[in-house]
Amino acid sequence: MIEVHHVTKRYGGFTAVDDVSFTARQGRVTGFLGPNGAGKSTTMRIMVGLTPATSGNVTIGGHRYSDIPNPARHVGVLLDASAQHAGRTGREILALGAATMGLPEKRVDEMLELVSLTPKEAKRRVRHYSLGMRQRLGIAHALLGEPRVLILDEPANGLDPAGIHWMRGMLRTFAQQGGTVLLSSHLLHEVEMIADDMLLIGNGRIVAQGTKEELLRTTGTLVRAVEAEALRDALADAGFPVKADAAHLHVEAEPVQVGEVAARHQLTLVELRPADGAGLEALFLELTAETQREGVVA
Amino acid sequence: MTAPPTGAPQGLLDVSGTSRVPFTRHVVVEMRKMFDTRAGKWLMVTIVAITALVVALLLIFAPDEGNNFEAFLGATATPQGFLLPVLGVLLVTSEWGQRAALTTFTLEPHRERVIAAKVVAAVLFGLAAIVVAILVAALATVIASVDDMWGAYGFGDLGNFALLQTMGIVQGLAFGMLFLNSAAAIVTYFVLPIAFNIVTSIIEQVRDVQPWIDLGTAQTPLFDGQGLTGEEWAQVATTTLIWIVLPFAIGAWRMLRAEVK
Ligand SMILES: Nc1ncnc2c1ncn2[C@@H]1O[C@H](COP(=O)(O)OP(=O)(O)OP(=O)(O)O)[C@@H](O)[C@H]1O
Ligand SMILES: [Mg+2]
Repeated sequence: MIEVHHVTKRYGGFTAVDDVSFTARQGRVTGFLGPNGAGKSTTMRIMVGLTPATSGNVTIGGHRYSDIPNPARHVGVLLDASAQHAGRTGREILALGAATMGLPEKRVDEMLELVSLTPKEAKRRVRHYSLGMRQRLGIAHALLGEPRVLILDEPANGLDPAGIHWMRGMLRTFAQQGGTVLLSSHLLHEVEMIADDMLLIGNGRIVAQGTKEELLRTTGTLVRAVEAEALRDALADAGFPVKADAAHLHVEAEPVQVGEVAARHQLTLVELRPADGAGLEALFLELTAETQREGVVA
Repeated sequence: MTAPPTGAPQGLLDVSGTSRVPFTRHVVVEMRKMFDTRAGKWLMVTIVAITALVVALLLIFAPDEGNNFEAFLGATATPQGFLLPVLGVLLVTSEWGQRAALTTFTLEPHRERVIAAKVVAAVLFGLAAIVVAILVAALATVIASVDDMWGAYGFGDLGNFALLQTMGIVQGLAFGMLFLNSAAAIVTYFVLPIAFNIVTSIIEQVRDVQPWIDLGTAQTPLFDGQGLTGEEWAQVATTTLIWIVLPFAIGAWRMLRAEVK
């Protein structure tokens, strides 16, 4: 279990992390979601003491990270897969970790096999690794000490579909066996597929948190009709709040209620479905749009 | 009903069965890090090779009645004196520049233990280099077999020599910690004494206090095997304070506080 209590990090006048509190529960995968620059990596670095917090504190399994003896035996950390000496071989990087943790050399081979790095690839210098290979090595390093807690910053970054599929299964099993997983991403879809619980961070602040079910709960109905204007008026007359975007009407009602209104007015529907997670997606898009660098594309 | 989970209560980590990473293990890992990159490995090879080379050159091209053990050992001092500090610098900067410190300080959040392990590793490397120098010099001495080949060279002289070389490597380490950048640390290490010489040649008043503030001047007696006076030891102490202890303290403060990313 990871507990973050009112953590704030200021760089000069800029607040990168703003009074963030949350709990990543044991036995669950918690997704930490936010657009670029939202403060995910900073929060994770604060968790393991690499960045000092301006205020607030974090406990992992009830301990401050620095109070955990041989912490890598309890907490597996992947913050930046490229932060390795490029001149070392992949195998040597794991071997150094294993040596520090006091693990036998064979643990290195097990981990290499687990993340599907071949012995030949493991002998190559990390300078010559592809992004995905580096990521696999980083995951292997995080798992080396058989930890009960995982803190992974963008672990899926650079993995191919097979790699992502494997990682999803691995993290699921890890959590089912009583582990705690916190993983960050800037892709809603990715987190949606792996996480049980979700946190949404924007501009350093937590803007939404809860179980995936809570956050993705059906919020109305999406509908499309040939006679868009007529349907809109009919629904409004029936007393349902309606919003329109380019393609759909978004109605605060059950799909069956929308269908009935359409039938009564003999309107032709081409699409009718629950607006799953549309609320979260809209919130996320809004956050992303605020920090979007390209400007709005018309 | 399912049985309640055994061991630690829900969500808590039971760390009672784990001991912290022993200091000796950190030292071993820090030394290993010098062997597993090309730069480190070649620097080691170079130190050994150049040590052997200067002694061999002396033996072959300057066959002299004065070529006793002390002469051979003395010949190794200069090249090693140049290269050992570079080794000290790399002990810190090679991982800082490559951001591998992120992993190091995640594995050991008590950074002072990592710094201490680096100091011990540096001293051990320094001593190893001296052992190599002694072995090579002894071999050359036996081959040359001049009269009085061991001269009056004693353990005191050997101790001074070891102290000198070890100070060099620790100073390199301190500069590495101060700058956290190989190029800046190495250049400063070599340029500072030159700059200092220029200053003393221009400003007369500095010349009088030079042995008290210039490391090279204060260390000269450690070379020549005459034994040091109390005043000379005091000068070694003040210059060490200025050029080794002070940079080390500032560098350590910097490493302990730095945000690692
Ligand atoms: N040393 C620093 N000085 C000033 N600002 C900083 C510093 N470090 C980070 N920041 C700022 O803090 C904010 C949060 O950065 P962070 O790396 O935590 O974002 P992130 O959520 O991980 O983004 P991404 O998805 O791109 O990885 C950014 O705006 C960043 O520019
Ligand atoms: Mg990030």
